[in-house]
Amino acid sequence: MVITTEGLTKEFRVGFRMKRVLALDNLNLKVEEGEIFGYIGPNGAGKTTTLKIIMGLIYPTSGNVQIFGRDIKDINIKMDIGFLPEAPYFYDYLTAREFLDFYSQLFGLGKKERERRIEELLDMVDLRLVKDTQLRKFSRGMLQRIGIAQALINDPKLVVLDEPMSALDPVGRTKIRDVILRLKDEGKTVFFSSHILSDVEMICDRVGLLVNGKLKEIGKLEELLGERESLEDLFMEEIKSA
Amino acid sequence: MMKIKAIAINTFREAIRDKILYSLLFFALLMMGASVLLGTLTIGEQLKIVKDMGLAAISIFGTLIAIFVGIGLVYKEIDRRTIYNIISKPVSRHRFLLGKYLGLILTLAIEVAVMSGAFLILIIILEHSLDISLLKAVLLIFFELMVVTAVAILFSTFSTPTLSGMFTLAIYVIGHLTMDLKTFGAKSEIVVVKIVTGFLYYFLPNLENFNIKGKVVHHIPVSWEYISFSMAYGVLYITVILLVSMVIFQRRDFK
Repeated sequence: MVITTEGLTKEFRVGFRMKRVLALDNLNLKVEEGEIFGYIGPNGAGKTTTLKIIMGLIYPTSGNVQIFGRDIKDINIKMDIGFLPEAPYFYDYLTAREFLDFYSQLFGLGKKERERRIEELLDMVDLRLVKDTQLRKFSRGMLQRIGIAQALINDPKLVVLDEPMSALDPVGRTKIRDVILRLKDEGKTVFFSSHILSDVEMICDRVGLLVNGKLKEIGKLEELLGERESLEDLFMEEIKSA
Repeated sequence: MMKIKAIAINTFREAIRDKILYSLLFFALLMMGASVLLGTLTIGEQLKIVKDMGLAAISIFGTLIAIFVGIGLVYKEIDRRTIYNIISKPVSRHRFLLGKYLGLILTLAIEVAVMSGAFLILIIILEHSLDISLLKAVLLIFFELMVVTAVAILFSTFSTPTLSGMFTLAIYVIGHLTMDLKTFGAKSEIVVVKIVTGFLYYFLPNLENFNIKGKVVHHIPVSWEYISFSMAYGVLYITVILLVSMVIFQRRDFK
């Protein structure tokens, strides 16, 4: 098992009166090795909260997460994880190459290894021609692709992507989909959140549906769909019944 | 170690590509230039004025850079969510904070070097010789800036930039008045005042320890024992402040 969450719960306190808001409610999730797992749900369902807990950006109120069987408190497991946050902002004063070099240093890679890896990734995400351009001049789609390159700098076994296709045009989305499928071919596990259901249908092996912090459905895409025409029908049914 | 270095260098790179730094530097140099003009208005005291204003410029603009750049650089990482990409790598939060701090110190060192360089050249032109004790004053100013930067980092781990800026500025001002606080407490007959002023005196940094500007300008000797004591005090204070910052930073959620 690549990701296992047990009873994961997160409570936020918002506003002046510290009102409690339950963002995640007793989440039990399992992601298996080598699969593309689509994590879907409406805005505000708790998808990003889940991903942030997995990446150690916020702490759960209760419950725990294990990755490759190890507790996430051990930061060394991040050697094997790549992460792309939602709508990422990057240091726009850096060039594409400086940017990737910075992150590769955070993994303690040697100079030769870094150079080789950076060239490889710039090719993969199709940004070789602009490698010495500052990121402030990049388009949304280019930023998303350099973001993916950054997530793959350590050749991770698990890749976690938060809304990788949102705000992209159809060409940009196709490019990201191709990258995800290629990662699966390389034997990596991909866990991504999205609310663009057509993309999820096209590439995911298994899907988890989150509504109001609760996991409503989880399973293989065909099994979940059953008689239904598309993922959208299932999505709307669950939201109405919630 | 390499990770801390990478973060420090990146912080330094961001700072030197920021325009606010150059405008502050420009005004510091302008103030030194103006001191020459102002000095001509006095009789026989021109050099004292130039030295006084020059050291003051290094101290004041250094402090402004420490506060504005220091607070901006940590807060921006959180606000613009670039920190997500660092914390999701195998980098512990305290390494991140330490890297940020060292990057800022590197920026400050370059700034102080540029300002002092201009200042010393000015003095050599006017005096045709160089008083080595001016360097002692600059050294202690630099240590004071390191303390102020640590305080700025501490506030920016849990507060907004505007509030952090105000808090840090307040600590800077009070930090220069802690001796007065102590005297005030000693003379007061109210117990509560004694306790509060005593607490503040020991709790807040005593920044006057780093101020030998007046002595140097008036050729009053300052011993190396005093300098080493002040530097040791600075290092100790910085260590404590950074440890507290790390504890706060380790616990917070990045929403």
